[in-house]
Parts: sequence; C-alpha cells; structure tokens
Amino acid sequence: MHDHDHDDHQAVPSDLTLRVKALESLLVEKGVVDPAALDALIDTYEHKVGPRNGARVVARAWVDPAFKNRLLADATAAIAEFGYGGRQGEHMVVVENTPTVHNLIVCTLCSCYPWSVLGLPPVWYKSAPYRSRAVIDPRGVMREFGLELPDEVEVRVWDSTAELRYLVLPERPAGSEGMTEEELAALVTRDSMVGVAKVTLAGGTA
Amino acid sequence: MSGPERLAALPRLPHDPGGPVFAEPWEAQAFALAVRLSEQGYFTWTEWAAALAQELRAAAGRGEPDDGSRYYHHWLAALERLVTAKGLADPGALLARKEAWAEAYRRTPHGKPVEL
Repeated sequence: MHDHDHDDHQAVPSDLTLRVKALESLLVEKGVVDPAALDALIDTYEHKVGPRNGARVVARAWVDPAFKNRLLADATAAIAEFGYGGRQGEHMVVVENTPTVHNLIVCTLCSCYPWSVLGLPPVWYKSAPYRSRAVIDPRGVMREFGLELPDEVEVRVWDSTAELRYLVLPERPAGSEGMTEEELAALVTRDSMVGVAKVTLAGGTA
Repeated sequence: MSGPERLAALPRLPHDPGGPVFAEPWEAQAFALAVRLSEQGYFTWTEWAAALAQELRAAAGRGEPDDGSRYYHHWLAALERLVTAKGLADPGALLARKEAWAEAYRRTPHGKPVEL
C-alpha cells in the first residue's frame, strides 16, 4: 500500500458536488428515490464522461517512449498535454504494469476515481465489497474479473484519494507491434486501466 | 416519454449520438436524479423541461455566455427549485445537509468512508 504523505483528512468537494450530494442523500433518506436505481441510471452513462481519454494516453505511452517517461514522472502534466485534467486540482499518478508487477487501483474511502481520463466509476468500483476486498484479497478480486496472475507477479494496490488519483498503464499486448496509435487506443479498456484486466488484441468496451 | 423523446425535449442538452455527455460526475448524478424523480411521477418531464428553461432564460438574462459550459449549474438550480416546490425537501434542510457533508469531509481521515 502507498503511504499518503498529504493531509490525512479529506479534501472537501466542490460546492456543486456537495449540493448534489445533499439533494441525493435527503431524497434517499426520505425514500423518494432508490439509490440502486440512481446508480443503475448513472452506470448507463459511465462511458460518457471523458470517454476514451485514458485509452489515448495509454496508446501514446506505448508508441512514444519520451511521452511514457513524462507520464511516469509527472502524470498530471503529461495528461494535460491532451487537454484532459480535473478541475479540482487532483494529482494523477500513473503506475506501470510489467511482466513482474501488476497494479490495481481502488478507493477504500468512497469512489475517488481518475474520471478525467476514465469517465464515471462503474458501480462495482464504488461497491463496498470491491473497496474492502481489493486491499485484503486483490488476487481474489481480479480472479472474479477473470484475471489470474501467476504467483511470482507482485501485486501492488493503490488507494486513491480526492487529491491523488491513479491510472494503471497496462502492458502492450503481444502481437500489436504493427498497430497504429489509434488502433492501439481501441484495444485499451477501462478495466485494464483500473487493473482488473489485461489488454488483449480482442479489445472490448469496458 | 421514451428516453430519446425525453432528451429531445431538452434542446440544448450537451450530447453526442449516444446520449448526454457530462464534464464531471456530479453532472451525471444531477441528471440521473431528475430522470428518476420524473420516472417516479414526482413531476412530469414537461414540467422539468419548463423549470430548466426558466433557469436557462434567467442565466441569459444575467448575460451569462450560452456556450453550454454552465448547463448543469442551471440543471442543478432547476432541480433544487422543483424539489422544494414539490415539497420533497425544504431549502433549509438542503443547505444544512450540504454543510453537514462539507463538515464530514473535513473531519473524516483518509481510509474511512465519509459518512454523516
């Protein structure tokens, strides 16, 4: 686990976010709206916030070693080269998967998520089981997503905060050597950038 | 009203061919709240479109640029107004709850869920 070296209390979200939270929590409490129904609705739009941004960042890192170095050194600045960035000043950190290290991101607190590059968090990312089990049993969680890692691969779990958000740089799949940056971006799934999947030549929508 | 018809009733809604687009998560949450409340019959979509149009007109009247960047600010204002007008929550309770959330963020250490 990563040790947080910033203030150990939460950054207060924007006034707009707080107003929405106030509305939602009051209406849920009164039984006016069902939180599960809201989540299901929001889930429909999860690809609609910053769609495909993260995939473009990953594909660029695969084809441009200088960009990859910048990305790993200062992800906030490297991602800003694309014009993507949070408006609340959160910092981005990109963690690289290799044949010997696999990274997984979680927010044990709530649902901090690098939405400027990954869109809205999926419902499972916000769920209590994922948030608690990703830390205690990351291999078990990944297995449920169909990802079985050899024992010799080291698993690192990164706990996001309101100020610090992680993005996984997945491994470029074997056999993709002749592909263009654009073709590569189409292979990169959201799940691979959270760390619950690998990128394959089959690509995917999640 | 079907999904596409609902969206068509909101002519300035930021969207792409697949549906609405959002700049930040709170916008999608505010969107979902309005859709859900309407689906449950707390107000009709026509009422919603009218409330939103009123906020948009008021913003234009204040001389705000009509470039869509503040669309969901107006969406949220309309939602708060309609929810209070329908007696689903009162303005004082909303304000108090907002402050309670801000306070909860300030006092909750990292690694703990933010709860009221």
